[in-house]
Amino acid sequence: MPDIKVTPLGAGQDVGRSCILVSIGGKNIMLDCGMHMGYNDDRRFPDFSYITQNGRLTEFLDCVIISHFHLDHCGALPYMSEMVGYDGPIYMTHPTKAICPILLEDFRKITVDKKGETNFFTSQMIKDCMKKVVPLNLHQTVQVDEELEIKAYYAGHVLGAAMVQIKVGSESVVYTGDYNMTPDRHLGAAWIDKCRPDLLISESTYATTIRDSKRCRERDFLKKVHETVERGGKVLIPVFALGRAQELCILLETFWERMNLKAPIYFSTGLTEKANHYYKLFITWTNQKIRKTFVQRNMFEFKHIKAFDRSYADNPGPMVVFATPGMLHAGQSLLIFKKWAGNEKNMVIMPGYCVQGTVGHKILNGQKKLEMEGRATVIIGTLDVKLQVEYMSFSAHADAKGIMQLIRMAEPRNMLLVHGEAKKMEFLKDKIEQEFSISCYMPANGETTSIVTNPSVPVDISLNLLKREMALGGPLPDAKRPRTMHGTLIMKDNSLRLVSPEQALKELGLSEHQLRFTCRVQLHDPHSDNDTLGRIYTHLKSVLKTYSIQHVPDGTVIVESIVIKVTSSAEEPNLKVILLSWSYQDEELGSFLSTLLKKGLPS
Amino acid sequence: MKLYCLSGHPTLPCNVLKFKSTTIMLDCGLDTTAALYFLPLPLVHSPRLSKLPGWVSKDGAVNLEKKELLDLSTIDVILISNYHCMMALPYITEHTGFTGTVYATEPTLQIGRLLMEELVTFMERVPKAQAATCWKNKEIQRLLPGPLKDAVDVWSWRKCYSVQEVNSALSKVQLVGYSQKELFGAVQVTPLSSGYSLGSSNWIIQSHYEKVSYVSGSSLLTTHPQPMEQSSLKNSDVLILTGLTQIPTANPDGMLGEFCSNLAMTIRAGGNVLVPCYSSGVIYDLLECLYQFMDSANLGSTPFYFISPVANSSLEFSQIFAEWLCQNKQSKVYLPEPPFPHAELIQTNKLKHYPSIHGDFSSEFRQPCVVFTGHPSLRFGDVVHFMELWGKSSLNTIIFTEPDFSYLDALAPYQPLAMKCVYCPIDTRLNFHQVSKLLKDIQPLHVVCPEPYTQPPPAQPHRSDLMLELQPPPMAYRRCSVLGLPFRRRYERIHLLPELARSLVPSEIKAGVSVATVSAVLQSKDNKHVLQPVPKPAPVPPSKKRKRVTEEPPEVLNPKPLLSGAVPLEPFLAMLHKNGITEVKVEETADGHILHLQTEDVLIQLEEDATHIICDNNEPLRTALRDLVLRFLQKL
Repeated sequence: MPDIKVTPLGAGQDVGRSCILVSIGGKNIMLDCGMHMGYNDDRRFPDFSYITQNGRLTEFLDCVIISHFHLDHCGALPYMSEMVGYDGPIYMTHPTKAICPILLEDFRKITVDKKGETNFFTSQMIKDCMKKVVPLNLHQTVQVDEELEIKAYYAGHVLGAAMVQIKVGSESVVYTGDYNMTPDRHLGAAWIDKCRPDLLISESTYATTIRDSKRCRERDFLKKVHETVERGGKVLIPVFALGRAQELCILLETFWERMNLKAPIYFSTGLTEKANHYYKLFITWTNQKIRKTFVQRNMFEFKHIKAFDRSYADNPGPMVVFATPGMLHAGQSLLIFKKWAGNEKNMVIMPGYCVQGTVGHKILNGQKKLEMEGRATVIIGTLDVKLQVEYMSFSAHADAKGIMQLIRMAEPRNMLLVHGEAKKMEFLKDKIEQEFSISCYMPANGETTSIVTNPSVPVDISLNLLKREMALGGPLPDAKRPRTMHGTLIMKDNSLRLVSPEQALKELGLSEHQLRFTCRVQLHDPHSDNDTLGRIYTHLKSVLKTYSIQHVPDGTVIVESIVIKVTSSAEEPNLKVILLSWSYQDEELGSFLSTLLKKGLPS
Repeated sequence: MKLYCLSGHPTLPCNVLKFKSTTIMLDCGLDTTAALYFLPLPLVHSPRLSKLPGWVSKDGAVNLEKKELLDLSTIDVILISNYHCMMALPYITEHTGFTGTVYATEPTLQIGRLLMEELVTFMERVPKAQAATCWKNKEIQRLLPGPLKDAVDVWSWRKCYSVQEVNSALSKVQLVGYSQKELFGAVQVTPLSSGYSLGSSNWIIQSHYEKVSYVSGSSLLTTHPQPMEQSSLKNSDVLILTGLTQIPTANPDGMLGEFCSNLAMTIRAGGNVLVPCYSSGVIYDLLECLYQFMDSANLGSTPFYFISPVANSSLEFSQIFAEWLCQNKQSKVYLPEPPFPHAELIQTNKLKHYPSIHGDFSSEFRQPCVVFTGHPSLRFGDVVHFMELWGKSSLNTIIFTEPDFSYLDALAPYQPLAMKCVYCPIDTRLNFHQVSKLLKDIQPLHVVCPEPYTQPPPAQPHRSDLMLELQPPPMAYRRCSVLGLPFRRRYERIHLLPELARSLVPSEIKAGVSVATVSAVLQSKDNKHVLQPVPKPAPVPPSKKRKRVTEEPPEVLNPKPLLSGAVPLEPFLAMLHKNGITEVKVEETADGHILHLQTEDVLIQLEEDATHIICDNNEPLRTALRDLVLRFLQKL
């Protein structure tokens, strides 16, 4: 029985280092290759030794697909391809291909240059890795090899985020990556057609959340920022350079404009301008409204938002600063946080999900004292957290409602959850199984789920046979009296052809073997031979209502292709011998008739 | 399978393919050469033009190449290959009862929209005092002067469409990407990059066994678009070939060189250069070429002006379609830098764009300069004004780059003209040499093409290299032809349901060839066929069955498989022996053997291709013998 096997190496009942192995129709595919923000040790990357203990991965993987540029989905890519070793194709969309190396380089700098780690991938490795990338366009069917094809759909999570459909023969899997089912200020909503995959692998970050309306969240956010700025406080918004940052920038920009506010807004890294440039060039990946108006007004040219300089952090007075990275685990955002944490007038707004182990996660859980690590993870002191900590979910993930909506769109036969916390997954799994009556799986890392598929078998049918059948049977089978079609399936050189038996004989150079049966039945019937035959004809006519029966003048009765004759000897004219002869093709009827006639004729 | 040819114009095709109960229109180009019969529409009142003698009708007319060969409302799908080939779309989709879908790539849609909007603006901003149509009556047309009386099919000339009609027509477009497999009933359509313009595509129209390639406006030159995808065109049953270069004798690179040198010469002499062109397409390449050329020619300070209602949009749109550009431009976006250097020309104020000559342009423009503006027919658009303005001075030059119109006809109403005229048509589409090489590579079984491609150009009857010579010869069409396309279909795709597939018992007939008999119920819907298992009544065990059989005749007429092979004597005897039949008398005959089973009084005739069992009163024995014989035979 064919099956699809799924093994998460990361993101199984967890968020971070997404990496899922899928085996389908003899092909092995790696979906995403991310890092874990919560760890600084080996656990940071997926455990590739699961695939093979020694050596390179190339011969074990047919392709690698990256869903979007967030590091928890692509952060381990250079490590995997250059340090473990993989030379096959890596697929990602154009925007991901453009932005991914920048974030990887950023990540490398923080890890190597700031934290002083060694044995990490180098800039050159990032470049070499990116050379293996094949760009994907939306909805384009990419033939990885003769059997394996992949197709990308819009996921709406960040610029260039994609869901992918993987297809081998008639079996298919859809992997969502991270996605968002509600359009926002700069991106559209995820969309997929009714592709009925055997398995849908979905993220489940917000498996139990049904988020209140986006408008309320935005109003809340603006109110909090406004209040803090009014009382002279500073607002820190840790973000990733691309993604939510642009969304919040558009939000604040329009608010500042409307309210005529003067407090400065800064964006921390040099990446911003570059980032915004990407948005301008990849405007076809943003939402309808931005695309429509971009010639007149480009939404990514901000008037109020300026570049940040490190020295500004000590400036007096209110300000709003967007700083990277988003989970306060390193870099500029953490530096600013340390500076501002002691003042209760200030505020930090966490607009996205924080994985376990990050400072972001700790303060969201109400931790008021933080141990601070210096270089090489030596603890150098504690930090009192006095500033206000706010959490506002602006992550562009689908909530429970969105996940259910996607299931309705794609109509999968099975469901598998990744990229979420086990407890929340459990809840969503029950809900999915109840509502859609499909199996739902949630394997942990390293655990394999196997899904049995039931593919129909495509076959080439000879047009003659098909046309004959369609003419005889009509387009739809009659439930009461289905017509059975008979054909011969020829299996040769990987081709499957269904032809009529006659054609099969001819094609294979075989001659037909006639199997015939003859049966003599003795019967006492005081009539002439011809009358007896006539009586047989009438009798059969009444019994076999649906068969073609002919009384031929030369002294035979023919039922379908069965020949019946009557003879008698001169000595005993009343003892008739009925001769029945049929071929194997009429075996059932012939057998029936011989038994029937043995019982005699009705008087 | 039929092909209805609604346009005879080789580069502005409009064909309809009926394929597997789907009606597919391939392109709907708009032939605007009829505009040449009209006087230019000036932007400002021109005493000269209005004093010209002759017939003065300013009908913004366009010639729609279609005839009532078939009912347009039955069209299911329209496939657009590039933005030049969709200009007649509103005529097809509006007011004909059309309810189908239009497939096009995103750049084709966006730039096509710009070109349509431009056309509408050109027409609408100079409203005509009167429109005349009565002259189209044949009786009146006959009496008209000059070339007009010889114009053909004037009844098909239509008034230009409106913005509303454009919007409505384009709302029916469904976007597709290259290599996207789009299913429509039993037909799958796939656009492939054709290398001619942004988003331009060739189309594959196929079912499981038939493949039609539609090649329209393709280019193998390295300009800005993504290169042409060729390998997917292989194994076509029929290849419909349209949109070859209109100027087979001109080499685009040579023309580009001539363009630059003429431009430089004029500017150096203090004159202006007028380039009548479309607002998208070759203009991007011209700007890129000039971007490099002007500095090297020491003309870096010469301003370029691009004047069109859609100039800004066209320049902006060209920068956001990275996915549709050639590798070299694509990689720029990763930096991130705009893919076309005209962004830099704009930034450094070397290139300025204006919606029209009115407004800022008149106060800002400096001479000598280079002006790119439309329309290339010189009958409408801002170009009319520049012809009036610059035509009188021999310092100025007009350089024709678009190949769609005869430049002499275009210039006719402006004669006498002092300005220099240079004809540098740049047509990057396939030439005959390239196309014959392409066809050799992809080997279609049959080629269908417009009639002009099957003979040398009328002006150069000796140039047999400027035509298609193929074996078998191409099927030529002209306007209003209906071609039956040659297909030899022998197979169709059918799906065996998994339960049925599992129940099959294959047996090996020869090395590498296995057969299995299939008895199943056929279900056909929307040209899709499925075989499902024969529904139960389950096979009743034989003893029971016989009991039942005596009461009623066998219900289902299940055809038995055909048999093949032979029953060899010795093994068969051994088999009989094993089954307790020991007294067998064997008699040799001409064709085989007769076996007499003496105790049972049964005769079995064994021949190479036949077995005959004669058994009178012992049904269980007969069936037992039958099954023994069947063991030696293959079932088909």
